[in-house]
Amino acid sequence: MSPFLALLVRDMKLATRGGGGAALALSFFALVATLVPLGIGADLKLLARVAGGILWVGAVLAALLSLDRLFQGDYDDGSLELIALSPLPLELASLAKIAAHWLSTGAALTLLSPLLAVLFNLPSGATAILFLSLLVGTPAVSAIGAIGAALTLSLRRGGLILPLIILPLLSPAVIFGAGAVAAKLDGFSPHGALGLLGAFSLAAVLLSPFAAAASVRLNLSG
Amino acid sequence: MQFLFRYANPALFMRLSGAVLPYVASLTVVALAVGLLLGFTAPPDYQQGLTVLILFIHVPAATMAMSVYGAIAVCSLLSLVWRHPLSDTAARAAAPFGAVFTALGLVTGSLWGKPMWGTYWVWDARLTSFLLLLFLYFGYMALWNAIEDETKAARAAAVLALVGAVNIPIIKFSVDWWNTLHQGESIVSGNLAPVFLWPLLTMMLAYMLLFITLWLIRIRTAIVNRRVTALLQRSA
Repeated sequence: MSPFLALLVRDMKLATRGGGGAALALSFFALVATLVPLGIGADLKLLARVAGGILWVGAVLAALLSLDRLFQGDYDDGSLELIALSPLPLELASLAKIAAHWLSTGAALTLLSPLLAVLFNLPSGATAILFLSLLVGTPAVSAIGAIGAALTLSLRRGGLILPLIILPLLSPAVIFGAGAVAAKLDGFSPHGALGLLGAFSLAAVLLSPFAAAASVRLNLSG
Repeated sequence: MQFLFRYANPALFMRLSGAVLPYVASLTVVALAVGLLLGFTAPPDYQQGLTVLILFIHVPAATMAMSVYGAIAVCSLLSLVWRHPLSDTAARAAAPFGAVFTALGLVTGSLWGKPMWGTYWVWDARLTSFLLLLFLYFGYMALWNAIEDETKAARAAAVLALVGAVNIPIIKFSVDWWNTLHQGESIVSGNLAPVFLWPLLTMMLAYMLLFITLWLIRIRTAIVNRRVTALLQRSA
């Protein structure tokens, strides 16, 4: 197995087994979707109207939950230094970790989203767009989140500062993602928003590994 | 790059900035006085009445809010790529000013919005992107404060500042795409009457000078602070 795949599989195992963040993120996402109607009322029309935005915000927050452990666990037990010393470039190692995080949270949240959309009475056409937008957009959450995780990996309480750093940077994803769903609901074409979301996501996945690797390096030196 | 590093020497920087500081500070006072005088003697706008005077406080704050982030980004690049030691200090020193300018822009904008738009807050594109910019400043300062090791903190903050600098145009674009109500730019396009334009330009100059004065003072304080700490550690 190539080192890239080995790291990806290892991180997936860590995320899905006991104490991993995947199940936690899914339950959090479902809980947010349950609490919102309790807070704003059970008017099905209103719920359908806000579903895209709420589910997008919920998905981003849920993905953030497990993000602070992305590098921190490996940093604490020393395996991050071994990963850095291995022949696999740190940029690719970061990409493997981003991919593992996305598969265990972003992709899982995307799969859960149609079910939650039913709770919000979202029409099926808009549900399909929500699913697509999460599928296209959540990689950006993992990728940009990885930069924040790498920057704060040596901090005891990095989980507290991470959302402050990451959430403003993720605002375009929320805007385009929820915008695509809203466009579909209003009878407009969602393709523009989806295309912009895809561009944002691609750029994030392409560039983030470099920033994340640089941040890991500066934390390992000295 | 050679000339940049000549000024990276803290001792030389202290000498130069100490010599320049009194002049910049007095220029700031003059520009502020002239700008405020011109501004408050400007005639009321035929539509906006006296509230147009907020313009002279609001617009320069907004311009500075972005310029300071630009300054931080340039300092961060210098620090990451060329390991320019003073630029870390400069970047850290600039951040709180940027946050204050952003907050000032938001507060004055909201006070202006009440008579003009009928509400303190609208989710208008520029207001929203400035709110996000404020959070970017908070995150940047929080990261600086959270990491104890100063070299590590400097490099981490520099990476974050550059990631933010790449992202800001995208955020700006996405928020514009999302909603826009704010009036467009009216300085370069010549839509501003000279009675308003001149006080505004003076105030922009005054804000810029004020920032430079305070920035220099803060960098100097940081350098002196470091020297004192080093001396204390040596004597201990």
